[in-house]
Amino acid sequence: MRLKTFVWLCLLPLAVVVLAFFVLPMVRLMIVGGSGPQGLAAYAAILTEPRYRATLINTVVLATATTIVSLVIATIAGLFLQRTRFPGRSVLVAMLTFPLAFPGVVVGFMIILLAGRQGLIGELTLPVLGEKLVFAYTIQGLFLGYLYFSIPRVILTIMAAVEKLDPSLEEAARALGAGPWAVHRDVILPALGPAFVASGAIAFATAMGAFGTAFTLATNIDVLPMLIYTEFTLSANIAISAALSVGLGLVAWAVLALARSFGGNSVAAAG
Amino acid sequence: MNGQVHGYHGVAVRIAGCGKTFGDGTRALEPVSLDIARGETLVLLGPSGCGKTTLLRMVAGLETPDSGGRIFFNDADVTHVPIEQRNVGMVFQSYALFPNMNVADNIAYGLKFRGTSAQERTARVAELVALTGIEGLEHRRIDQLSGGQRQRVALARAVAVRPSVLLLDEPLTALDAALRERLRSELNRLLRTLGITAIYVTHDQAEAMALGDRIVVMRKGAIAQVGAPRDIYFAPASRFVAEFVGAANILEGVSSSGTLTLRGGRLAIEKTSVEGPALAMVRPESIAIVAAGNASLTGEVTSVSFVGDRQRLSVSGAADRTIMVDVPNTLMVKAGDRVGLSVDPSAIRLLPKGEA
Amino acid sequence: MRDRLIFSGQLLFTLLIAAFLIVPAALSMLAGVTANYFRGISSGFTLQWIVQVWDLYADTIGRSFLIAGTTLIVTLVIGVPAAYALHVRGGRTSRAIEEIITLPLAIPGLAIALALLLTYNGFSDFRRSWLFILTGHVVFTLPFMVRSVMAIFSAIDVKTLDESASSLGASPLRRFLDVIVPNARPGILAGSLMVVTLSLGEFNLTWMLHTPLTKTLPVGLADSYASMRLEVASAYTLVFFVMIIPLLIAMQMFATWGEVRK
Repeated sequence: MRLKTFVWLCLLPLAVVVLAFFVLPMVRLMIVGGSGPQGLAAYAAILTEPRYRATLINTVVLATATTIVSLVIATIAGLFLQRTRFPGRSVLVAMLTFPLAFPGVVVGFMIILLAGRQGLIGELTLPVLGEKLVFAYTIQGLFLGYLYFSIPRVILTIMAAVEKLDPSLEEAARALGAGPWAVHRDVILPALGPAFVASGAIAFATAMGAFGTAFTLATNIDVLPMLIYTEFTLSANIAISAALSVGLGLVAWAVLALARSFGGNSVAAAG
Repeated sequence: MNGQVHGYHGVAVRIAGCGKTFGDGTRALEPVSLDIARGETLVLLGPSGCGKTTLLRMVAGLETPDSGGRIFFNDADVTHVPIEQRNVGMVFQSYALFPNMNVADNIAYGLKFRGTSAQERTARVAELVALTGIEGLEHRRIDQLSGGQRQRVALARAVAVRPSVLLLDEPLTALDAALRERLRSELNRLLRTLGITAIYVTHDQAEAMALGDRIVVMRKGAIAQVGAPRDIYFAPASRFVAEFVGAANILEGVSSSGTLTLRGGRLAIEKTSVEGPALAMVRPESIAIVAAGNASLTGEVTSVSFVGDRQRLSVSGAADRTIMVDVPNTLMVKAGDRVGLSVDPSAIRLLPKGEA
Repeated sequence: MRDRLIFSGQLLFTLLIAAFLIVPAALSMLAGVTANYFRGISSGFTLQWIVQVWDLYADTIGRSFLIAGTTLIVTLVIGVPAAYALHVRGGRTSRAIEEIITLPLAIPGLAIALALLLTYNGFSDFRRSWLFILTGHVVFTLPFMVRSVMAIFSAIDVKTLDESASSLGASPLRRFLDVIVPNARPGILAGSLMVVTLSLGEFNLTWMLHTPLTKTLPVGLADSYASMRLEVASAYTLVFFVMIIPLLIAMQMFATWGEVRK
């Protein structure tokens, strides 16, 4: 057979599967989102309904805080690990990237072990403060959980970017008299800019869509994925949950498209 | 670039017994000692891996010499002074311009650490822009510049801080041939104008001879010869130097009371203490073609290459190997001709035998 | 001196972060084999919790392997030829198709699951079987396989290989089987490791799509975190780690081996 025919045949199974199990369902989701009792207004509900708006703000604030803190942590640790060599370094790197494969539920469990009612932190603070510090099921615990799955992802990207830095730029700055802080401020951090945007966007999108962690930890906290879940399963507000899902999907996609325009190769959003 | 003299000459640099062994055991440089005069342009010339860049980086302060080595700027021992405080001007092979700053900010960068005011910086940038001929480019971003323009910005940036010594690491290597030649003469003029002490690293011998007051030929981590360009060219100390700097015929013969005996005849040579088997170096342009009849040395032309401004002949039979001869491009000669070779005795140089 | 201080400070900071990540994981692994978590190691080691996990959740473990294995086969059969087609065709339609198959990475699993539910709820047999979960996993892991294989195609310049094979007279199918696929092995292997690891750990999609009869390991984990005692939940997590760690090590070794070969 001709090459062209063969190529089309190669593409066919993929096309069928993706159309049937992704494109079609997504279209249906968008339609359902706009066909409930409120009609297309359901799409605006995320901003107009006070409860939904509060949830949205919660989620965005949490995601932003996670992004910023993990970027700072990853930059300090990433620069250090990439540029120094000492015995046990590769073990340390492995330890920091190992949680990459954890599903969100496991991350939630990790936080419970750290900060839950029988958690490690509680045991440690009992003799010191006279009471157990328990915060796994609060927003601080959730934040910690988000950090837990963001740090490995961001560190990997940052370390890869640090490896590609051109040392002659730093040498030139030093030759001109720049001290270590000036070299970081004027040469290194600007050069890492694209990596910050790329990995920051991935961290943000992942945090926005994180379900497993919130599911395990959040009893009272409202984040968008949990809201979608409860609207669907408990309140049977199918249209609203569909509309919210579409909205969440759009935001996540837009942020990641931005990441790609800076050349970042995405690690999956999974949490 | 204009010809104003800027009135500072930099420092005299003394390198005393500096060698470099890297962490993994590689010996990049055997201990070397050099004295560089104030205002001199010294060229470090050699093939890759010879240690020239390592030596330059030690003077810069980017590498420290093995224990026992010392570096002096005038009389001050700067061996343990970090590069940030050494006040050197460095031009990198890749230019290392800061992509997050425009041209003017790049040039002014070093001045910020020297307690200058914004006005002083602006004035100085303008001075250097004029000196290096990049007027109009001050607000361009680095990625908008051509290779030649970037080179000038790198130079301007290094010179802006009035460095004690200017260090250039193969600054022209990244450019294409035509641009390289043009910038080479501009660079030469700039170095003369500034009158600054400069150390220049290159593997290009034409560049070395055009720019250097003295040349240090290096090989495998050690100095092969130090001297003015003419001395290096006409009186190479070893076979390696002879062949690295320009084309050279290295012939085996026997030296005896003013005569060099080769396979195909004899040549008169200058008085020398070398007697017996010897290696003789003769440059292709020093050999003239004469009629075979009366010549003391004859051979047969095996090939003729018309190169444009001259012809290069291969002559066999005169010596143990084929001799290269450069002749005028108008000379009528063809393969198969029997010719005589005539060389001025002063152009024949006897070299030490037995060299790896 | 100042350099020493900076080094120590950074080291301490990094160790702290690593501790934050590793200590709970280590704790959970320990708790899974400790007789009583609250009394600590002094209460002795035991395998009773693991046995209990097996009694309660053996089916989830098996099902996770089943789904991961099937997902792998499906993504191989669909993804490898498609990667070839996309690479050979190039151009704007290929870019667009790549965009579309990569979308599931951007859209939260929750949304995709909801979409699938709304569309296929009517097909009750399908919806109640593990095949329903399979479709979710395939949609989610497909882009990894396709991208991994396409990456190796560009690295080995598959177009030239294809052209030389065709000049020798081989039909497109023969070229694909004899030349293209064998040379793409590193990419296929890397993609496979990725697909299996992702499928074993997938939760967001699976939670929405599962029924009491089609639970996977992560779904079971969520169950146990909510309702089981700490030791059982930890033992279950330990089982998960034991499944995942060899895969992670294999991926890491594969990545560095690929680097060395370059």
